[in-house]
Amino acid sequence: MKKAELMDYDKALELFEPVLGFEVHVELNTKTKMFCGCANEFGQGANTNTCPTCLGLPGGLPQVNAQAIESSIRLGLALGCEIAEYSRFARKNYFYPDTAKNFQTSQYDEPIAFNGQLTIELESGRQVTVDIERAHMEDDAGKLTHVGGATGRIQGADYSLVDYNRGGVPLVEIVTQMIEGGEADSPEIGRTYVAAIREIVKALGVSNARMEEGNVRCDANVSLRPRGSNVLGTRTETKNVNSLRSVERAVRYEIQRQAALLHAGGTITQETRHWHEDTGITSAGRPKSDADDYRYFPEPDLVPVAPSREWVEELRATLPEPPAARRKRLQADWGFADLEFQDVVNSDLLDAVEATIAAGAAAQAARKWWTGEVARLANVSGVSADSLVQPVQVAALIELVVAGTLTDRLARQVLEGVIAGEGTPLEVVESRGLAVVSDDGALIVAIDEALAAQPDVLAKIRDGKVQAAGAVIGAVMKAMRGQADAARVRELVLERAGTAE
Amino acid sequence: MTNVIKLSASALSELLSDRSVSSVEVTQAHLDRIEAIDTGVHAFLHVSGEAALAAAARVDARRAAGEVLGPLAGVPIAIKDVLATIDMPSTAGSRILEGWIPPYDATVVKRVRDAGLIPLGKTNMDEFAMGSSTEFSAYGPTHNPWDFDRIPGGSGGGSAAAVSSFEAPLALGSDTGGSIRQPAAVTGSVGVKPTYGGVSRYGSIALASSLDQVGPVTRTVLDAALLHDVIGGHDPLDSTSLTDSWPSMAAAARSGLADGALKGVRVGVIKELNGDGFQAGVSQRFTETLALLSAAGAEIVEVSAPNFEYAIAAYYLILPAEASSNLARFDSVRFGIRVNPEDGPLTSERVMAATRDAGFGPEVKRRIILGTYALSAGYYDAYYGSAQKVRTLIQRDFDAAFAKVDVLVSPSAPTTAFKFGEKMADPMAMYLNDVTTIPANLAGVPGMSLPMGLAPEDGLPVGLQIMAPAKMDARLYSFGAAVEALLEASWGHTLLSQAPDLASTEKITRAAFTSTEGAI
Repeated sequence: MKKAELMDYDKALELFEPVLGFEVHVELNTKTKMFCGCANEFGQGANTNTCPTCLGLPGGLPQVNAQAIESSIRLGLALGCEIAEYSRFARKNYFYPDTAKNFQTSQYDEPIAFNGQLTIELESGRQVTVDIERAHMEDDAGKLTHVGGATGRIQGADYSLVDYNRGGVPLVEIVTQMIEGGEADSPEIGRTYVAAIREIVKALGVSNARMEEGNVRCDANVSLRPRGSNVLGTRTETKNVNSLRSVERAVRYEIQRQAALLHAGGTITQETRHWHEDTGITSAGRPKSDADDYRYFPEPDLVPVAPSREWVEELRATLPEPPAARRKRLQADWGFADLEFQDVVNSDLLDAVEATIAAGAAAQAARKWWTGEVARLANVSGVSADSLVQPVQVAALIELVVAGTLTDRLARQVLEGVIAGEGTPLEVVESRGLAVVSDDGALIVAIDEALAAQPDVLAKIRDGKVQAAGAVIGAVMKAMRGQADAARVRELVLERAGTAE
Repeated sequence: MTNVIKLSASALSELLSDRSVSSVEVTQAHLDRIEAIDTGVHAFLHVSGEAALAAAARVDARRAAGEVLGPLAGVPIAIKDVLATIDMPSTAGSRILEGWIPPYDATVVKRVRDAGLIPLGKTNMDEFAMGSSTEFSAYGPTHNPWDFDRIPGGSGGGSAAAVSSFEAPLALGSDTGGSIRQPAAVTGSVGVKPTYGGVSRYGSIALASSLDQVGPVTRTVLDAALLHDVIGGHDPLDSTSLTDSWPSMAAAARSGLADGALKGVRVGVIKELNGDGFQAGVSQRFTETLALLSAAGAEIVEVSAPNFEYAIAAYYLILPAEASSNLARFDSVRFGIRVNPEDGPLTSERVMAATRDAGFGPEVKRRIILGTYALSAGYYDAYYGSAQKVRTLIQRDFDAAFAKVDVLVSPSAPTTAFKFGEKMADPMAMYLNDVTTIPANLAGVPGMSLPMGLAPEDGLPVGLQIMAPAKMDARLYSFGAAVEALLEASWGHTLLSQAPDLASTEKITRAAFTSTEGAI
């Protein structure tokens, strides 16, 4: 694919002001689909989780998933939205084979949640408040697989397969107001905003929130206007950007691409654009005009959703602490430096570290083990660190180190044992015989043997050349197969060398 | 043994429960009748004889084993082709669904089977229930058993003809703007559109979701009530289904047979639904019926429903709008026929277009275009939005009327059965035929049609429409049964006993009917 002309980023910002907007789709983790009783899960064969309703068969009718309504309200509340007293579904009519009914059941002018706000903090410490226009409920489309042709896209394909297992999965679409004043931070605002949404839905437990699996998908709207102008430029909508880093890259790319085009006297086409993860570019999708007519009308097969104020307040009471506030509190409680804390956050280990500390470990030790050895082992096996070992086990491991039962090196072996399913740290210590030898008697025998074997070293120590003791310590540690506390060995070597006179 | 096909379902019910007749015998008799006359009537698109006899044998076996079954167990029933049936094609009268057998039963079909009724087959209808004559069925029209040259009403002409020609004692219909009541009127049978939400729509191939309602098609009011009791009640699969608990409609119908049941009943006559545009014989029978009611102690009150004037206009915006969206799913991807374009590339869009072009008939296309237009940006407020406002006004007219009266009455249709082809070239004339029935759908209130005689000028059946407030379906049955008894007492027989016998498959055409007395 031909790479578009790009303008230098700084120059682009000198000439133009970026205006952003984001539509984030969150797939809810309800047991069943939005409008029928089919399982909301994947991994089965194609079209196995389907019924007359989600297949759009003649006579099929929708029934609203109550859990999805509850999740949507909680999400709306967490985004600072008002919750509608009266909310309706609407049909968005368009023909496409992944949409079984050839209309999407969505919400139009009566969304469940509206008028929210989310304040995010950039790495520089700059706070940006993103206004949320609305969060509405809708059903997902099925999945098309285009077979034949080189690109996997519909163009050039011989035929397409359609799997409706995803058809009817509940989504909440969160739409921002226009974000102005982002300036050079615009790409970071995109990344941080989507990260914040992801964190919130995870904290609420309403979504599995795995971007790589499409649980959270972002459409990024970008337009530029010349400095000094207050007329909005034509926007593009880059669809389905599926990682935080990609959101940042896609926004930056569009700013540079549009700036180059505008500066050269060209015009921006209002269109959707595809994001290419591999090459880091966007390419033209379908033209999208404001005149696209979806012939919205209220869904006559569903009754309005009118959540009582009492219920909304009950749900408000179930909201977890906002993730940003929680982070501030935890960093202060734990006394982590910014970089240390960022390391934990970026590794998605906040919950694990918190649980480990709650289980009795010191904050720094918990951080060190999770972001260090556990993360390294997780990386090796390609899984997430918090799926590898329970926080309570890590806390127990740290306790053994603090008690002097284990050295760091031994503790790493014990951790491997725990991960291998050999039991608790204590059980692994016992079964593998890994405890530090803390019996001075055994050490003294080994030290005396080593000193006797190296009389020249003994002489040097006695002459005050204490650093010579290293050779003896090494020999003792080797004899103890590493299961000795090197500091204690050193003390004893000096002591034995002194009293051997 | 009496000729079982002439018996009402309630009479059959008694014979079946005391085992003086078996369900297999009853079912076979109806299958024989279908075999004998349906070439001429063409009420059925599909007859499922073997399955019906097997189901009948199961019911007989259960009764023989001493099981006590529901009142309609073993009684045959015809099912409008708009309802999904797991063992029979369900085409909604459209070419686009030719041969399609759904993987599920509509809730009402399931309830009918669970109650031990015997599905005989699927009845003909205007394509996707769009029409008032069955002339828009892709599989050819149904003929009115009273006169084969005339329409049996629509869209549910098949169900009404099946019942009135004694091919089935009971049938299921669906009524979006009169598709149960108008065919009942022109065939001399009984049809009920329940309160919107009273009967599940799950598995009923949708025409206009906010108007559609499934209901009974029978020969007597009590039979309709018995069937209503089987199919009615909350269905969690239909979100618009009411959660109310309902009284027994059969008990209501029986209560209407008590002496003096009509005494003091306030009967509202809707001024706007009579007079101009109504056939003279229709108006005459209506006036006579009001006189009978009055003599029986009912209080006749004229009421006005000024906004009914806008009902047809509103209806023909709401219905096509919803239909254009409901029919979008017929795209050849998952079910139904698939037609490839004659030339050019085979993209899904082009295959879909070719399929819809070949699979939909002219009336369906007309309404899809109307509805698509009415919902378009910039037109929505003027059309769909305004139509919804009219709907509210019509509901208020009903509220105001029901504040004064217990039931409302009107002729069920402005005319008796018209001749084939008479209104095919003029869609507006066809649409106007539903002027009497459409308001009930727009307001969601229940309505019934029962025979009130034959028009003197043509000897064809005339229907009386009764409407009650929403959720007061039981009132339709108590009042309806009382009126039915009153009329039959005045005639000395049932109306359908006057229908042609149709014993031969030869097509009959009634001679011009000249008696001013009518046939009653």
